Amino acid sequence: MVMADSRVVVIKNLSKRFDTLSVLENISLEVTRGENLIVFGRSGQGKSVLLKCIIGLMAPDSGEIFINGQNIGKLKISELNQVRKNIGFLFQSSALYDSMTVNENLSFPLKRHFPDMAQKEIDDKVKYTLELVSLEEAINKMPAELSGGMKKRIGLARSIITDPELMLYDEPTTGLDPITTKEISELILSLQKKLNMTSIVVTHDLICAEIIADRAIFLKDSKIAYEGDIKQLTESNDSFLKNFFSHEILANQNESKKV
Amino acid sequence: MKLTRLKQGKRLTTREYIYNFFATISGLTIFNIEFFKQVFVPPYEISEIKKHMDELGVKTFGIVSVTGFIIGLVLAMQSQPVLARFGASDFLPGMVALSVVRELGPVITALIFAGRVSSGIGAELGSMRVTEQIDAMEVSAVNPFKYLVVTRIIATTMILPILTIYVIIIALLGGYLAVIIVESMNFEYYRTAVVSSIEFGDFIPGVAKTFVFGYIVGLVGSYKGFTAEGGTEGVGKASTTSVVVSSLLILIFDMILVKISLWLWPTLG
Ligand SMILES: Nc1ncnc2c1ncn2[C@@H]1O[C@H](COP(=O)(O)OP(=O)(O)OP(=O)(O)O)[C@@H](O)[C@H]1O
Ligand SMILES: [Mg+2]
Repeated sequence: MVMADSRVVVIKNLSKRFDTLSVLENISLEVTRGENLIVFGRSGQGKSVLLKCIIGLMAPDSGEIFINGQNIGKLKISELNQVRKNIGFLFQSSALYDSMTVNENLSFPLKRHFPDMAQKEIDDKVKYTLELVSLEEAINKMPAELSGGMKKRIGLARSIITDPELMLYDEPTTGLDPITTKEISELILSLQKKLNMTSIVVTHDLICAEIIADRAIFLKDSKIAYEGDIKQLTESNDSFLKNFFSHEILANQNESKKV
Repeated sequence: MKLTRLKQGKRLTTREYIYNFFATISGLTIFNIEFFKQVFVPPYEISEIKKHMDELGVKTFGIVSVTGFIIGLVLAMQSQPVLARFGASDFLPGMVALSVVRELGPVITALIFAGRVSSGIGAELGSMRVTEQIDAMEVSAVNPFKYLVVTRIIATTMILPILTIYVIIIALLGGYLAVIIVESMNFEYYRTAVVSSIEFGDFIPGVAKTFVFGYIVGLVGSYKGFTAEGGTEGVGKASTTSVVVSSLLILIFDMILVKISLWLWPTLG
């Protein structure tokens, strides 16, 4: 029996559709404190939409989402912002602010969530977080000067800089080389260990999933089609899963060979 | 804030165009109401407003200077022979002054401003929308409407009247150049003729309406950018439609405001 307070995210019967396209149907899901949950699914299956519903960027058509016991659909914007203070969100597209330097990008969430934080503390925090993603040298660059993989890592740094309790990662390692993928995955794992962070990680990447996953779900046809630990899914005899993961593995192996 | 989505697509039917027309009007109205709901509520984001005003000034200073000067010059060159034919050459400075102050200065500055700034805001906010930067702000507890839209509308509303006064002065200098090409007239005489022909009732409505024009430019650009969808193509569309819609609205509101100012100061009609 799970204790009520150990459930960080509880989703009940969530449904979301766009016009005629049903993206999520009756999804129910619980994530406990300190757990790393992987969300698999083919492109266009609503993984990003699920994360955006959790943080309140998109409103579900029906169903409820609780974060630390608070029903986020019922909160006022100021209360929702209090909840968001403890959530980090890595956008699939990184979503760095084009008009700001890396430094300003990273300071932004700190300044906004913690208006009283001293400048010195902000600077230290920015420096420290950039070290975590090994991009200290990029501090004064503009996003347009960064490579795709660097953007991803800066996006990651920006999302973890507030030390959130709950992290939502939308494809944190897509487009990174296998070595950086490993480093980033290990970073996610160490954050979980060090801060007892809870994470929901959308990924296609098996290297990443194998390093960090405690549990995984697989979205298919708007539903959670499979659920279990990562071994159960990858070694399943189900023909669909076999097919999906064999392609993933091949793709990953090919990439590893290149390096 | 619930907005009606515009119909998307490369080729729209007439019905869809009409639908989009009314959806845009309703969207602009909602944006307008939202602006007044939020503008007096802190945080005021003063530093953002200042930043935008700086940028807008720098962006438009060059182009309005050139245009203003040429407008004044051409207007005087065109009018000169006509007035001469009626033996009314003495009225030239006054005529140039009145046209520039009452109508040409405000409207042309506003149209150039719309072309340069509304499209810029549309593109900037549009690309922030489609690359999820606006969502990222929301996640960081920032009210993106306040931070991005309200600050820009305030900036455009404050900058355009200043630019207009500047353009009027430059255009009058252009007019002087046209005059001295044809006949000799000392500057002091020109200046006195200009100043004595302009009255309060000419100057105030002319400049006052540019507050409205500036507001329109900020509002339309922000609305189009903020609601952009569909990747880079959507950004391009946000940018071009901003110019079209804001220019059109400027001309429509000019008509309305001229009517109102003639009603307020009937003797000058
Ligand atoms: N704002 C939106 N308006 C309309 N449809 C949308 C919107 N956002 C997502 N969709 C649709 O919802 C579906 C799921 O999108 P989503 O981005 O969640 O996919 P995904 O699983 O994250 O895919 P990928 O792995 O490619 O990122 C897609 O078919 C997409 O077209
Ligand atoms: Mg996605």
